[in-house]
Amino acid sequence: MTETKKGWKDLPIGGNILEAGNSQHYFTGTWRTYKPITDLDKCINCLQCWMFCPDNSIVIKDGKMDGQDYDHCKGCGVCAAICPVKAIDMIKEEK
Amino acid sequence: MGKYIALTGAESAAFAMKQINPDVVAAYPITPQTPVAMKFSEYVANGEVNTEYVTVESEHSAMSATVGAAAAGARAMTATASNGLALMWEIVYIASSMRLPILMAVVNRALSGPINIHGDHSDAMGARDSGWIQIFNENNQEVYDSFIMALRIAEHPDVLTPAMVCQDGFITSHSVENVMPLTNEQVQKFIGKKKFKGLITADKPFTMGPLDLQDYYFEHKKQQHEAMKKVFAVVEEVQNEYAKEFGRKYSVIEEYRTEDADTIIMGLNSVMGNVKTVVDSAREKGIKIGAVKPRFFRPFPVDYLRDLLPKFKAVVVLDRSDSFGAMPPLYSETLAALYGIENAPMIKGYIHGLGGRDTNLAMIETVVDNLQKLKDTGEGNLTFEYLGVRE
Ligand code: SF4
Ligand code: SF4
Repeated sequence: MTETKKGWKDLPIGGNILEAGNSQHYFTGTWRTYKPITDLDKCINCLQCWMFCPDNSIVIKDGKMDGQDYDHCKGCGVCAAICPVKAIDMIKEEK
Repeated sequence: MGKYIALTGAESAAFAMKQINPDVVAAYPITPQTPVAMKFSEYVANGEVNTEYVTVESEHSAMSATVGAAAAGARAMTATASNGLALMWEIVYIASSMRLPILMAVVNRALSGPINIHGDHSDAMGARDSGWIQIFNENNQEVYDSFIMALRIAEHPDVLTPAMVCQDGFITSHSVENVMPLTNEQVQKFIGKKKFKGLITADKPFTMGPLDLQDYYFEHKKQQHEAMKKVFAVVEEVQNEYAKEFGRKYSVIEEYRTEDADTIIMGLNSVMGNVKTVVDSAREKGIKIGAVKPRFFRPFPVDYLRDLLPKFKAVVVLDRSDSFGAMPPLYSETLAALYGIENAPMIKGYIHGLGGRDTNLAMIETVVDNLQKLKDTGEGNLTFEYLGVRE
Protein backbone atom coordinates (compact mmCIF):
# COMPACT_ATOMS: atom_id res chain seq x y z
CA MET A 1 0.00 0.00 0.00
CA THR A 2 1.54 3.23 -1.07
CA GLU A 3 -0.64 6.10 0.14
CA THR A 4 0.05 9.19 2.17
CA LYS A 5 -1.70 8.77 5.46
CA LYS A 6 -3.88 11.59 6.71
CA GLY A 7 -2.98 13.53 9.85
CA TRP A 8 -5.20 14.09 12.88
CA LYS A 9 -6.73 17.24 11.40
CA ASP A 10 -8.12 15.41 8.39
CA LEU A 11 -8.93 11.97 9.74
CA PRO A 12 -12.54 11.23 10.72
CA ILE A 13 -12.89 11.24 14.52
CA GLY A 14 -13.26 8.14 16.63
CA GLY A 15 -11.37 5.94 14.16
CA ASN A 16 -14.45 5.82 11.96
CA ILE A 17 -14.01 4.51 8.44
CA LEU A 18 -16.52 6.46 6.41
CA GLU A 19 -16.39 4.48 3.21
CA ALA A 20 -17.95 1.04 3.01
CA GLY A 21 -16.31 -1.91 1.22
CA ASN A 22 -12.81 -0.54 1.58
CA SER A 23 -11.19 -3.89 2.34
CA GLN A 24 -10.46 -4.25 -1.35
CA HIS A 25 -7.92 -1.43 -1.01
CA TYR A 26 -6.07 -3.48 1.55
CA PHE A 27 -3.75 -5.95 -0.14
CA THR A 28 -3.67 -8.90 2.20
CA GLY A 29 -1.84 -10.86 -0.51
CA THR A 30 1.43 -9.60 0.95
CA TRP A 31 0.84 -11.78 4.03
CA ARG A 32 1.10 -15.00 1.98
CA THR A 33 3.63 -17.74 2.67
CA TYR A 34 2.00 -20.35 0.45
CA LYS A 35 0.39 -19.62 -2.87
CA PRO A 36 -2.48 -21.61 -4.42
CA ILE A 37 -1.85 -22.65 -8.05
CA THR A 38 -4.83 -24.06 -9.93
CA ASP A 39 -4.66 -26.61 -12.71
CA LEU A 40 -7.69 -25.44 -14.67
CA ASP A 41 -7.60 -28.61 -16.79
CA LYS A 42 -8.30 -30.69 -13.70
CA CYS A 43 -10.93 -28.28 -12.35
CA ILE A 44 -14.56 -29.47 -12.68
CA ASN A 45 -16.03 -26.05 -11.76
CA CYS A 46 -17.88 -27.22 -8.71
CA LEU A 47 -17.11 -23.77 -7.17
CA GLN A 48 -16.66 -25.15 -3.69
CA CYS A 49 -13.40 -23.21 -3.44
CA TRP A 50 -15.35 -20.03 -4.23
CA MET A 51 -17.83 -20.80 -1.47
CA PHE A 52 -15.18 -21.59 1.11
CA CYS A 53 -12.52 -18.98 0.42
CA PRO A 54 -12.60 -16.68 3.48
CA ASP A 55 -11.23 -13.77 1.48
CA ASN A 56 -13.39 -13.73 -1.64
CA SER A 57 -10.27 -14.41 -3.62
CA ILE A 58 -11.44 -17.06 -6.08
CA VAL A 59 -11.85 -15.37 -9.45
CA ILE A 60 -14.93 -16.36 -11.43
CA LYS A 61 -15.08 -15.60 -15.13
CA ASP A 62 -18.15 -16.44 -17.20
CA GLY A 63 -19.42 -18.61 -14.38
CA LYS A 64 -16.21 -20.63 -14.25
CA MET A 65 -13.35 -20.87 -11.79
CA ASP A 66 -10.43 -18.83 -13.10
CA GLY A 67 -7.67 -18.98 -10.52
CA GLN A 68 -7.03 -16.69 -7.53
CA ASP A 69 -6.85 -12.97 -6.89
CA TYR A 70 -3.29 -12.76 -5.60
CA ASP A 71 -3.71 -9.19 -4.35
CA HIS A 72 -6.02 -10.47 -1.64
CA CYS A 73 -5.48 -14.24 -1.33
CA LYS A 74 -3.79 -14.85 2.02
CA GLY A 75 -2.67 -18.34 1.11
CA CYS A 76 -4.66 -20.06 3.81
CA GLY A 77 -5.04 -23.23 1.74
CA VAL A 78 -8.75 -23.71 2.35
CA CYS A 79 -9.45 -23.89 -1.38
CA ALA A 80 -6.81 -26.55 -1.89
CA ALA A 81 -8.20 -28.59 1.00
CA ILE A 82 -11.80 -28.37 -0.15
CA CYS A 83 -11.19 -29.11 -3.86
CA PRO A 84 -12.68 -32.58 -4.57
CA VAL A 85 -10.33 -33.23 -7.54
CA LYS A 86 -7.12 -31.83 -6.04
CA ALA A 87 -6.87 -29.17 -8.74
CA ILE A 88 -5.18 -26.67 -6.40
CA ASP A 89 -1.58 -26.99 -5.21
CA MET A 90 -0.08 -24.87 -2.44
CA ILE A 91 3.47 -23.90 -3.31
CA LYS A 92 5.93 -21.93 -1.20
CA GLU A 93 5.83 -18.25 -2.08
CA GLU A 94 9.09 -16.94 -3.57
CA LYS A 95 9.77 -13.53 -2.07
CA MET B 1 -38.91 29.60 35.74
CA GLY B 2 -40.84 27.24 37.95
CA LYS B 3 -40.95 27.13 41.73
CA TYR B 4 -38.77 25.44 44.29
CA ILE B 5 -39.28 21.73 44.72
CA ALA B 6 -37.70 19.47 47.32
CA LEU B 7 -35.35 16.94 45.73
CA THR B 8 -32.47 14.79 46.81
CA GLY B 9 -29.25 15.06 44.81
CA ALA B 10 -30.03 11.78 43.09
CA GLU B 11 -33.53 13.00 42.25
CA SER B 12 -32.09 16.26 40.94
CA ALA B 13 -30.08 14.28 38.40
CA ALA B 14 -33.11 12.14 37.52
CA PHE B 15 -35.30 15.24 37.22
CA ALA B 16 -32.86 16.88 34.80
CA MET B 17 -32.74 13.65 32.81
CA LYS B 18 -36.53 13.59 32.69
CA GLN B 19 -36.68 17.11 31.31
CA ILE B 20 -34.00 16.34 28.75
CA ASN B 21 -36.08 13.30 27.76
CA PRO B 22 -33.23 11.20 26.34
CA ASP B 23 -33.88 8.52 23.73
CA VAL B 24 -32.18 5.76 25.69
CA VAL B 25 -31.16 5.20 29.30
CA ALA B 26 -29.43 1.99 30.36
CA ALA B 27 -28.47 1.65 33.99
CA TYR B 28 -27.88 -0.88 36.72
CA PRO B 29 -28.55 -0.18 40.39
CA ILE B 30 -25.64 0.43 42.73
CA THR B 31 -25.66 2.28 46.04
CA PRO B 32 -25.73 5.29 46.26
CA GLN B 33 -26.58 5.81 42.60
CA THR B 34 -29.68 3.58 42.77
CA PRO B 35 -32.19 6.39 43.40
CA VAL B 36 -31.14 8.05 40.11
CA ALA B 37 -32.02 4.97 38.05
CA MET B 38 -34.98 4.17 40.29
CA LYS B 39 -36.53 7.62 39.98
CA PHE B 40 -35.89 7.73 36.26
CA SER B 41 -37.46 4.31 35.68
CA GLU B 42 -40.50 5.60 37.54
CA TYR B 43 -40.75 8.44 35.00
CA VAL B 44 -40.53 5.85 32.24
CA ALA B 45 -43.22 3.66 33.85
CA ASN B 46 -45.49 6.67 34.29
CA GLY B 47 -45.08 7.64 30.65
CA GLU B 48 -43.53 11.00 31.59
CA VAL B 49 -40.65 10.47 29.15
CA ASN B 50 -40.34 8.80 25.76
CA THR B 51 -37.13 7.08 26.77
CA GLU B 52 -36.32 3.48 25.93
CA TYR B 53 -35.14 2.16 29.29
CA VAL B 54 -32.80 -0.81 29.04
CA THR B 55 -32.65 -2.93 32.18
CA VAL B 56 -29.18 -4.38 31.82
CA GLU B 57 -27.50 -7.04 33.95
CA SER B 58 -24.37 -5.08 34.92
CA GLU B 59 -22.63 -1.73 34.54
CA HIS B 60 -20.43 -3.18 31.81
CA SER B 61 -23.63 -3.81 29.88
CA ALA B 62 -25.10 -0.46 30.91
CA MET B 63 -22.23 1.42 29.32
CA SER B 64 -22.19 -0.94 26.34
CA ALA B 65 -25.89 -0.38 25.67
CA THR B 66 -25.42 3.36 26.09
CA VAL B 67 -22.52 3.34 23.63
CA GLY B 68 -24.57 1.35 21.12
CA ALA B 69 -27.50 3.70 21.45
CA ALA B 70 -25.35 6.81 21.14
CA ALA B 71 -23.61 5.33 18.12
CA ALA B 72 -27.00 4.83 16.51
CA GLY B 73 -27.64 8.54 17.00
CA ALA B 74 -29.64 8.48 20.22
CA ARG B 75 -29.29 10.85 23.15
CA ALA B 76 -28.14 8.21 25.60
CA MET B 77 -27.42 8.35 29.31
CA THR B 78 -26.53 6.20 32.26
CA ALA B 79 -25.67 6.53 35.94
CA THR B 80 -23.27 4.75 38.23
CA ALA B 81 -21.09 4.84 41.33
CA SER B 82 -17.92 3.30 42.70
CA ASN B 83 -17.49 -0.35 41.78
CA GLY B 84 -20.12 0.07 39.09
CA LEU B 85 -17.89 2.60 37.38
CA ALA B 86 -14.99 0.22 37.86
CA LEU B 87 -16.95 -2.58 36.22
CA MET B 88 -17.82 -0.48 33.18
CA TRP B 89 -14.22 0.72 32.88
CA GLU B 90 -13.41 -0.86 29.55
CA ILE B 91 -16.43 0.68 27.86
CA VAL B 92 -15.96 4.06 29.57
CA TYR B 93 -12.80 4.48 27.48
CA ILE B 94 -14.54 3.19 24.37
CA ALA B 95 -17.35 5.76 24.77
CA SER B 96 -14.90 8.65 24.80
CA SER B 97 -12.63 7.30 22.09
CA MET B 98 -15.66 6.80 19.84
CA ARG B 99 -16.50 10.45 20.61
CA LEU B 100 -20.04 9.74 21.80
CA PRO B 101 -21.57 12.60 23.82
CA ILE B 102 -23.06 10.41 26.54
CA LEU B 103 -24.03 11.85 29.92
CA MET B 104 -23.44 9.85 33.08
CA ALA B 105 -24.58 10.73 36.58
CA VAL B 106 -21.75 9.65 38.86
CA VAL B 107 -22.63 9.46 42.53
CA ASN B 108 -19.16 9.42 44.03
CA ARG B 109 -18.50 6.54 46.36
CA ALA B 110 -15.44 4.84 47.82
CA LEU B 111 -14.12 1.84 45.97
CA SER B 112 -13.98 -1.50 47.73
CA GLY B 113 -12.28 -2.78 49.65
CA PRO B 114 -12.80 -3.00 52.43
CA ILE B 115 -16.41 -2.67 51.33
CA ASN B 116 -17.73 0.81 51.82
CA ILE B 117 -20.80 2.40 50.26
CA HIS B 118 -20.19 6.02 51.26
CA GLY B 119 -18.95 9.07 49.48
CA ASP B 120 -15.45 9.81 48.31
CA HIS B 121 -13.94 10.59 44.94
CA SER B 122 -11.78 7.55 44.30
CA ASP B 123 -14.18 6.30 41.61
CA ALA B 124 -14.14 9.45 39.47
CA MET B 125 -10.47 10.15 40.14
CA GLY B 126 -9.62 6.69 38.91
CA ALA B 127 -11.39 7.57 35.68
CA ARG B 128 -9.67 10.92 35.28
CA ASP B 129 -7.68 9.79 32.26
CA SER B 130 -10.59 8.03 30.57
CA GLY B 131 -11.20 10.95 28.21
CA TRP B 132 -14.48 12.06 29.84
CA ILE B 133 -15.37 15.57 30.91
CA GLN B 134 -15.80 15.60 34.71
CA ILE B 135 -18.02 18.14 36.41
CA PHE B 136 -18.06 18.25 40.23
CA ASN B 137 -21.06 19.64 42.10
CA GLU B 138 -21.47 20.94 45.61
CA ASN B 139 -25.24 20.68 46.00
CA ASN B 140 -28.49 19.53 44.42
CA GLN B 141 -29.14 22.71 42.48
CA GLU B 142 -25.69 22.51 40.97
CA VAL B 143 -26.21 18.87 40.02
CA TYR B 144 -29.42 19.82 38.23
CA ASP B 145 -27.97 22.82 36.38
CA SER B 146 -24.77 20.99 35.46
CA PHE B 147 -26.75 18.18 33.90
CA ILE B 148 -28.60 20.52 31.57
CA MET B 149 -25.43 22.42 30.65
CA ALA B 150 -23.36 19.23 30.31
CA LEU B 151 -25.57 18.04 27.49
CA ARG B 152 -24.84 21.15 25.47
CA ILE B 153 -21.13 20.91 26.21
CA ALA B 154 -20.80 17.22 25.37
CA GLU B 155 -22.80 17.47 22.15
CA HIS B 156 -21.02 20.58 20.88
CA PRO B 157 -19.41 19.74 17.51
CA ASP B 158 -16.02 21.01 18.74
CA VAL B 159 -16.22 18.69 21.73
CA LEU B 160 -18.18 15.47 21.05
CA THR B 161 -16.96 13.96 24.28
CA PRO B 162 -18.95 12.24 27.03
CA ALA B 163 -19.39 13.88 30.43
CA MET B 164 -19.70 12.69 34.03
CA VAL B 165 -21.82 14.84 36.30
CA CYS B 166 -20.56 14.04 39.80
CA GLN B 167 -22.08 14.45 43.25
CA ASP B 168 -21.13 13.03 46.63
CA GLY B 169 -22.68 9.73 47.63
CA PHE B 170 -25.30 10.08 50.39
CA ILE B 171 -24.09 13.54 51.49
CA THR B 172 -25.59 14.99 48.31
CA SER B 173 -27.39 12.09 46.67
CA HIS B 174 -29.64 11.32 49.64
CA SER B 175 -30.08 14.79 51.14
CA VAL B 176 -33.15 16.81 50.31
CA GLU B 177 -32.71 20.43 49.31
CA ASN B 178 -34.83 23.01 47.57
CA VAL B 179 -34.08 22.97 43.88
CA MET B 180 -35.40 25.48 41.37
CA PRO B 181 -35.84 23.59 38.13
CA LEU B 182 -36.49 25.13 34.75
CA THR B 183 -39.71 24.34 32.97
CA ASN B 184 -39.74 21.47 30.47
CA GLU B 185 -40.10 23.99 27.65
CA GLN B 186 -37.10 25.99 28.85
CA VAL B 187 -34.97 22.87 29.03
CA GLN B 188 -36.02 21.67 25.60
CA LYS B 189 -35.38 25.09 24.09
CA PHE B 190 -31.97 25.34 25.76
CA ILE B 191 -30.73 21.91 24.73
CA GLY B 192 -32.23 22.13 21.23
CA LYS B 193 -32.56 19.30 18.80
CA LYS B 194 -29.67 16.91 18.81
CA LYS B 195 -27.03 18.17 16.36
CA PHE B 196 -24.85 15.15 16.86
CA LYS B 197 -25.59 12.70 14.08
CA GLY B 198 -25.44 9.05 14.84
CA LEU B 199 -22.71 6.95 13.39
CA ILE B 200 -25.01 4.29 12.02
CA THR B 201 -27.26 5.40 9.20
CA ALA B 202 -28.93 3.04 6.78
CA ASP B 203 -28.23 5.10 3.67
CA LYS B 204 -24.57 5.78 4.40
CA PRO B 205 -23.11 2.78 6.19
CA PHE B 206 -19.64 2.97 7.64
CA THR B 207 -17.36 1.26 10.08
CA MET B 208 -16.87 2.35 13.66
CA GLY B 209 -14.75 0.98 16.42
CA PRO B 210 -12.33 -0.66 13.99
CA LEU B 211 -8.87 -1.95 14.74
CA ASP B 212 -6.65 1.13 14.97
CA LEU B 213 -3.01 0.21 15.19
CA GLN B 214 0.36 1.96 15.16
CA ASP B 215 -0.44 3.81 11.95
CA TYR B 216 -3.61 5.63 13.11
CA TYR B 217 -4.30 5.27 16.88
CA PHE B 218 -1.86 8.05 17.72
CA GLU B 219 -3.71 10.54 15.49
CA HIS B 220 -7.05 9.60 17.05
CA LYS B 221 -5.69 10.21 20.55
CA LYS B 222 -4.44 13.62 19.39
CA GLN B 223 -7.98 14.41 18.24
CA GLN B 224 -9.33 13.61 21.73
CA HIS B 225 -6.55 15.72 23.23
CA GLU B 226 -7.50 18.67 21.01
CA ALA B 227 -11.24 18.27 21.67
CA MET B 228 -10.58 18.54 25.42
CA LYS B 229 -8.66 21.76 24.83
CA LYS B 230 -11.78 23.27 23.30
CA VAL B 231 -14.06 22.36 26.20
CA PHE B 232 -13.64 25.51 28.30
CA ALA B 233 -14.46 27.85 25.40
CA VAL B 234 -17.71 25.93 24.97
CA VAL B 235 -18.30 25.86 28.74
CA GLU B 236 -17.97 29.66 28.92
CA GLU B 237 -20.44 30.06 26.06
CA VAL B 238 -22.96 27.64 27.59
CA GLN B 239 -22.63 29.09 31.11
CA ASN B 240 -23.17 32.62 29.81
CA GLU B 241 -26.23 31.59 27.89
CA TYR B 242 -27.57 29.74 30.94
CA ALA B 243 -27.03 32.81 33.10
CA LYS B 244 -28.66 35.08 30.54
CA GLU B 245 -31.68 32.84 30.06
CA PHE B 246 -32.27 31.65 33.60
CA GLY B 247 -30.30 33.98 35.88
CA ARG B 248 -28.04 31.34 37.38
CA LYS B 249 -24.38 32.12 36.80
CA TYR B 250 -21.83 29.34 36.97
CA SER B 251 -18.12 29.53 36.35
CA VAL B 252 -15.36 27.01 35.72
CA ILE B 253 -13.97 27.92 39.14
CA GLU B 254 -16.32 29.27 41.77
CA GLU B 255 -14.79 31.84 44.08
CA TYR B 256 -16.23 32.54 47.53
CA ARG B 257 -15.17 35.65 49.46
CA THR B 258 -11.84 35.78 47.65
CA GLU B 259 -11.75 39.52 46.83
CA ASP B 260 -9.33 40.56 49.55
CA ALA B 261 -8.36 37.07 50.72
CA ASP B 262 -4.74 36.13 51.28
CA THR B 263 -5.48 32.48 52.02
CA ILE B 264 -7.96 30.11 50.43
CA ILE B 265 -9.22 26.56 50.80
CA MET B 266 -9.84 24.66 47.61
CA GLY B 267 -11.77 21.45 47.11
CA LEU B 268 -14.41 19.59 45.11
CA ASN B 269 -18.07 18.77 45.71
CA SER B 270 -20.02 18.86 48.96
CA VAL B 271 -17.20 19.60 51.41
CA MET B 272 -17.11 23.09 49.98
CA GLY B 273 -20.41 23.80 51.75
CA ASN B 274 -18.73 23.27 55.10
CA VAL B 275 -15.68 25.16 53.92
CA LYS B 276 -17.82 28.21 53.11
CA THR B 277 -19.42 28.08 56.56
CA VAL B 278 -15.99 28.00 58.19
CA VAL B 279 -14.79 30.79 55.91
CA ASP B 280 -17.71 32.91 57.15
CA SER B 281 -16.89 32.34 60.81
CA ALA B 282 -13.16 32.91 60.23
CA ARG B 283 -13.98 36.16 58.45
CA GLU B 284 -15.84 37.29 61.57
CA LYS B 285 -12.57 36.83 63.46
CA GLY B 286 -10.85 39.02 60.89
CA ILE B 287 -9.08 36.24 58.99
CA LYS B 288 -8.82 37.11 55.31
CA ILE B 289 -9.80 33.76 53.93
CA GLY B 290 -11.87 32.57 50.98
CA ALA B 291 -12.84 29.40 49.17
CA VAL B 292 -12.14 28.25 45.62
CA LYS B 293 -14.12 25.45 44.04
CA PRO B 294 -13.13 24.09 40.64
CA ARG B 295 -16.27 22.71 38.99
CA PHE B 296 -14.24 20.81 36.44
CA PHE B 297 -11.53 18.28 37.03
CA ARG B 298 -11.42 17.21 33.37
CA PRO B 299 -10.41 19.14 31.54
CA PHE B 300 -8.26 20.47 34.38
CA PRO B 301 -8.56 24.27 34.57
CA VAL B 302 -4.82 24.93 34.41
CA ASP B 303 -4.98 28.42 32.90
CA TYR B 304 -7.73 29.53 35.26
CA LEU B 305 -5.71 28.41 38.28
CA ARG B 306 -2.54 30.03 36.99
CA ASP B 307 -4.46 33.31 36.76
CA LEU B 308 -6.27 33.01 40.05
CA LEU B 309 -4.03 31.40 42.65
CA PRO B 310 -1.06 33.82 42.58
CA LYS B 311 -3.47 36.38 44.11
CA PHE B 312 -3.20 34.47 47.38
CA LYS B 313 -0.30 33.92 49.75
CA ALA B 314 -1.24 30.40 50.84
CA VAL B 315 -3.55 27.71 49.56
CA VAL B 316 -4.88 24.50 51.08
CA VAL B 317 -6.14 21.82 48.72
CA LEU B 318 -8.61 19.20 49.98
CA ASP B 319 -8.67 15.86 48.19
CA ARG B 320 -11.39 13.29 48.88
CA SER B 321 -9.25 10.51 47.41
CA ASP B 322 -5.73 9.24 47.74
CA SER B 323 -3.26 8.31 45.06
CA PHE B 324 -1.30 5.80 47.08
CA GLY B 325 2.40 6.42 46.72
CA ALA B 326 1.90 9.76 44.99
CA MET B 327 0.38 13.15 45.66
CA PRO B 328 -3.43 13.18 45.72
CA PRO B 329 -4.98 14.26 42.42
CA LEU B 330 -6.31 17.79 43.00
CA TYR B 331 -3.24 18.72 45.03
CA SER B 332 -0.75 17.34 42.54
CA GLU B 333 -2.42 18.86 39.50
CA THR B 334 -2.75 22.23 41.20
CA LEU B 335 0.90 22.08 42.13
CA ALA B 336 1.81 21.20 38.56
CA ALA B 337 -0.33 24.03 37.20
CA LEU B 338 1.53 26.52 39.39
CA TYR B 339 5.00 25.37 38.45
CA GLY B 340 7.28 28.17 37.35
CA ILE B 341 4.85 30.96 38.13
CA GLU B 342 6.23 34.00 39.83
CA ASN B 343 4.39 34.71 43.10
CA ALA B 344 2.94 31.22 43.23
CA PRO B 345 1.31 30.77 46.64
CA MET B 346 2.51 28.36 49.28
CA ILE B 347 0.47 25.23 49.16
CA LYS B 348 -0.48 22.36 51.42
CA GLY B 349 -2.72 19.35 50.79
CA TYR B 350 -5.11 17.32 52.93
CA ILE B 351 -6.66 13.96 52.14
CA HIS B 352 -10.03 13.96 53.84
CA GLY B 353 -13.33 12.14 54.12
CA LEU B 354 -12.37 8.78 52.62
CA GLY B 355 -15.14 6.22 52.78
CA GLY B 356 -17.67 8.92 53.63
CA ARG B 357 -16.01 10.05 56.88
CA ASP B 358 -17.51 13.40 57.81
CA THR B 359 -15.27 16.37 57.23
CA ASN B 360 -16.85 18.48 59.91
CA LEU B 361 -16.53 22.14 60.78
CA ALA B 362 -14.01 21.49 63.58
CA MET B 363 -11.69 19.71 61.15
CA ILE B 364 -11.88 22.56 58.69
CA GLU B 365 -11.21 25.02 61.50
CA THR B 366 -7.96 23.15 62.14
CA VAL B 367 -7.20 23.52 58.46
CA VAL B 368 -7.81 27.28 58.72
CA ASP B 369 -5.38 27.50 61.67
CA ASN B 370 -2.73 25.55 59.81
CA LEU B 371 -3.33 27.61 56.72
CA GLN B 372 -2.60 30.79 58.69
CA LYS B 373 0.61 29.20 60.00
CA LEU B 374 1.50 28.26 56.44
CA LYS B 375 0.95 31.85 55.36
CA ASP B 376 2.90 33.38 58.24
CA THR B 377 5.79 30.95 58.60
CA GLY B 378 5.74 28.68 55.57
CA GLU B 379 5.20 25.70 57.87
CA GLY B 380 3.83 22.72 55.94
CA ASN B 381 4.51 24.21 52.52
CA LEU B 382 4.53 21.54 49.80
CA THR B 383 3.37 18.78 52.13
CA PHE B 384 0.18 16.79 52.32
CA GLU B 385 -1.35 14.67 55.02
CA TYR B 386 -4.53 12.91 56.18
CA LEU B 387 -7.07 15.17 57.89
CA GLY B 388 -8.60 13.88 61.11
CA VAL B 389 -7.42 10.27 60.82
CA ARG B 390 -7.06 8.34 64.11
CA GLU B 391 -3.47 7.61 65.05
S1 SF4 C 1 -5.55 -19.90 -0.39
FE1 SF4 C 1 -7.18 -19.23 1.01
S2 SF4 C 1 -7.36 -17.06 0.56
FE2 SF4 C 1 -6.23 -17.91 -1.13
S3 SF4 C 1 -7.78 -18.37 -2.63
FE3 SF4 C 1 -7.45 -20.22 -1.44
S4 SF4 C 1 -8.99 -20.15 0.14
FE4 SF4 C 1 -8.84 -18.08 -0.69
S1 SF4 D 1 -12.97 -26.63 -5.78
FE1 SF4 D 1 -11.52 -27.42 -7.28
S2 SF4 D 1 -12.80 -28.24 -8.81
FE2 SF4 D 1 -14.12 -27.01 -7.64
S3 SF4 D 1 -14.05 -25.06 -8.71
FE3 SF4 D 1 -12.49 -24.95 -7.18
S4 SF4 D 1 -10.64 -25.62 -8.21
FE4 SF4 D 1 -12.34 -26.23 -9.47
